[in-house]
Amino acid sequence: MILDGKTPTGPIEKTWDKHRFDMKLVNPSNKRKFKVLVVGTGLAGGAAAASLGELGYNVEAFCYQDSSRRAHSIAAQGGINAAKNYPNDGDSIYRLFYDTIKGGDFRAREADVWRLAQVSNNIIDQCVAQGVPFARDYAGYLDNRSFGGAQVSRTFYARGQTGQQLLLGAYSALSRQVKAGTVKMYERTEMVDLVVVDGVAKGITCRNMITGEIKSYWGDAVCLATGGYVNVFYLSTNAMGCSVTAAWKAAQKGAYFANPCYTQIHPTCIPQTGDHQSKLTLMSESLRNDGRCWAPKNKEDCDKAPGDIPEEDRDYYLERKYPSFGNLAPRDIASRAAKEQCDDERGVGPGKRGVYLDYATAIERVGEHTIKERYGNLFEMYEKITDENAYKRPMRIYPAPHYSMGGLWVDYNLMSNIPGLFVLGEANFSVHGANRLGASALMQGLADGYFVIPYTIAGYLATVTPGTVTDEHPAFKESKEQVQAQTDKLLNIKGKKTVSEFHRELGKVMWEDVGMARSESSLKNALQRIPEIRDEFWKNVNVTGSGAELNQQLENAGRVSDFLEFAEVFTIDALHREESCGGHFRTEHQTDDGEAMRDDENFAYVAAWEFKGAGKAPELHKEPLKFDNVKLAVRSYK
Amino acid sequence: MDLTLHVWRQSGPKDKGQLETYPAKGISPDMSFLEMLDEVNEQLIKTGKTPIVFDHDCREGICGTCSQTINGKAHGGQDRTTVCQLHMRSFKDGDEIFIEPWRARAFPVIKDLIVDRTALDTIMQAGGYVSCHTGGIPDGNAHPIGKPVADYAMDAAECIGCGACVAGCPNSSAMLYTSAKVAQLAVLPQGKHEAKARVKNMTDALQAEGFGNCTNHLECEASCPKGISVKFIAKLNREYMKAVVS
Repeated sequence: MILDGKTPTGPIEKTWDKHRFDMKLVNPSNKRKFKVLVVGTGLAGGAAAASLGELGYNVEAFCYQDSSRRAHSIAAQGGINAAKNYPNDGDSIYRLFYDTIKGGDFRAREADVWRLAQVSNNIIDQCVAQGVPFARDYAGYLDNRSFGGAQVSRTFYARGQTGQQLLLGAYSALSRQVKAGTVKMYERTEMVDLVVVDGVAKGITCRNMITGEIKSYWGDAVCLATGGYVNVFYLSTNAMGCSVTAAWKAAQKGAYFANPCYTQIHPTCIPQTGDHQSKLTLMSESLRNDGRCWAPKNKEDCDKAPGDIPEEDRDYYLERKYPSFGNLAPRDIASRAAKEQCDDERGVGPGKRGVYLDYATAIERVGEHTIKERYGNLFEMYEKITDENAYKRPMRIYPAPHYSMGGLWVDYNLMSNIPGLFVLGEANFSVHGANRLGASALMQGLADGYFVIPYTIAGYLATVTPGTVTDEHPAFKESKEQVQAQTDKLLNIKGKKTVSEFHRELGKVMWEDVGMARSESSLKNALQRIPEIRDEFWKNVNVTGSGAELNQQLENAGRVSDFLEFAEVFTIDALHREESCGGHFRTEHQTDDGEAMRDDENFAYVAAWEFKGAGKAPELHKEPLKFDNVKLAVRSYK
Repeated sequence: MDLTLHVWRQSGPKDKGQLETYPAKGISPDMSFLEMLDEVNEQLIKTGKTPIVFDHDCREGICGTCSQTINGKAHGGQDRTTVCQLHMRSFKDGDEIFIEPWRARAFPVIKDLIVDRTALDTIMQAGGYVSCHTGGIPDGNAHPIGKPVADYAMDAAECIGCGACVAGCPNSSAMLYTSAKVAQLAVLPQGKHEAKARVKNMTDALQAEGFGNCTNHLECEASCPKGISVKFIAKLNREYMKAVVS
């Protein structure tokens, strides 16, 4: 099937304004009759729940954390982009649009990206109004920095905690609505099924993580803002609770999963110290603004203290390979380059999986005080974890899975192929194409939540009668029974291996074979291994305790069982995409000097997969991508 | 290294709960405290015992989920460190470690090391916000905010809402937590207009939720993994006086 993204036509700069006018509205007095469920309370979900509640909809919001302030948006350090052009350095909505399309390696929809760039400026205003303490200069104006491959300074930041501060802004708006009674908040509540009635999303089934109670909630629309899926790699920078579960439950009910193979590996993480560790700590890539990446030129030097390696024996590989971008080369390029140094046996630190990020030059130039002001908390974090002082000794860094550009397929209105099911933020696939630029995740989450969904959901709700289906409908009972059966099944296996062991095993396959560089043979190997692990999981997993209590083993078992199904579709997508683009690098498709080679003729489309059951071939639906406003160019950061 | 853990086990809110002893063997000094507990849990599962439940999520010291009292100190007592950022290198081979949940009337134990911190959200809902609408907002640079003020607000905003200040306080007061938000918003031009109502409503909620009052022990600042200063409590008191006197 050819999918229709329902993008408005006409001049790109007018698409969103025209669309906003063309969409239907819901009468103010009717809004309270509509119930909207929002799952996930990170930047996208929190902003959406707050904004929809304020508009007058009857909102119920859900999160697995103990408070809506704790979603993993909180961990974003570096900043948020906007096309304000405050520094007068040549930025514009068009440039942010162009950079995002280009950064995404021409695999995103033009109109969606334009809208993102257009509303980016509203986001900054909104956050300032909420009291988000962005960095300011001495005159009191908002400060900007250049970030992750951008040649203009368009990134707004709040020390190294921009995600935390923006989420607290959204959380404060949400708290205000909870107090006002327009939003009912359900914490420690995990969505474990999507309820679909006659092909339309009408509710969700959740597990109360304290009592174990399985309960359904009905709504006239369901918004999933449940984040990304890179914990499928086991090793990742995501929070421990991040999973594909909510999105995957929707996929099991027929929602298409788009471009799962587009995942981003973050270049500046703290290397792993041993197998016991699944969580890797990311350090903002703003670190690369002043740090210089290098590896020893000679293998023999790898065990030496970095200070003992003379300048001429250091390979500043990013500056050498990409003279104009240097240490600010995009994430995928920087990540692969770091891995290449290690694959060449010139890595440093435990297991030789690390390269140096050196501040000596910057400290000499601007002084330790300035570096401390810019990155103080990151240096502190690094020291806590590694026991090393990065002011005195270069940091060690290594890439780790970090963000998923792929996600549930949505049209321009953020609605999936299941009517009534909207998907926001990282959970959808929409704006980052095959690769996301730094400081754009926060922008997308808040754009979707504050400035897109409040309009587009009205366009949908205006076409439905509120409350036609409630939890009295048999589909809800069926959903609860299905969840209960799944829970019982997991608890009754009583096998020999722990949930973590299976997750680690799956992650190893994904990282080795479906990670930063993928080949036909590695992907085929993964497609053999994943079903084997899944089969063993369902025969030999040991989930202790019962379903009717707080049971973290059971929670994890559910998430890992979903990863085991999802991983296969992910790998199939990577195998089918016979090109390299953005975060998807196929070793067969590269230039002589190791750069990604896109195939625009055959692959300029969104691959949306329809899940047909575990172990069955998913069906591919394509949405062709048209580029009327940008010229497809080969990305070059030389 | 080999350690002996004494861990608080409590099956539910109504259970009395007790400390139980488990060995933790072959622990690497590079492990984080929570990775050590993961390891112990894997062993407990393998030997047919019930794993210890504890709150955790981001494991990079920013989400505020992890919450354990280690050897009587919230987050283990290391300066500016959450449990998830505490590393085993700060313990010695053969150490005995006591692990308990946050202890406060306003934080009832749910199970083992997990407590209910809903009361902290309730305090925020009472007024920890600027009542602005989504959209219709002036340009971000319309109101310049001097760097010292912006920095002060940022210092306060660093609170991660973990509740260590409450766990560390002999009165189980949430004054530091509340004051950080009150102070942040009181100094900003956007938050000034609601300052009086905010401080009154938030301190009312603080009392209603069963937190104690502040008697200047300053244990909160010492326990805070983000180093939030008690100067914000002084600010809260001034704001409160302004609100009730004028």
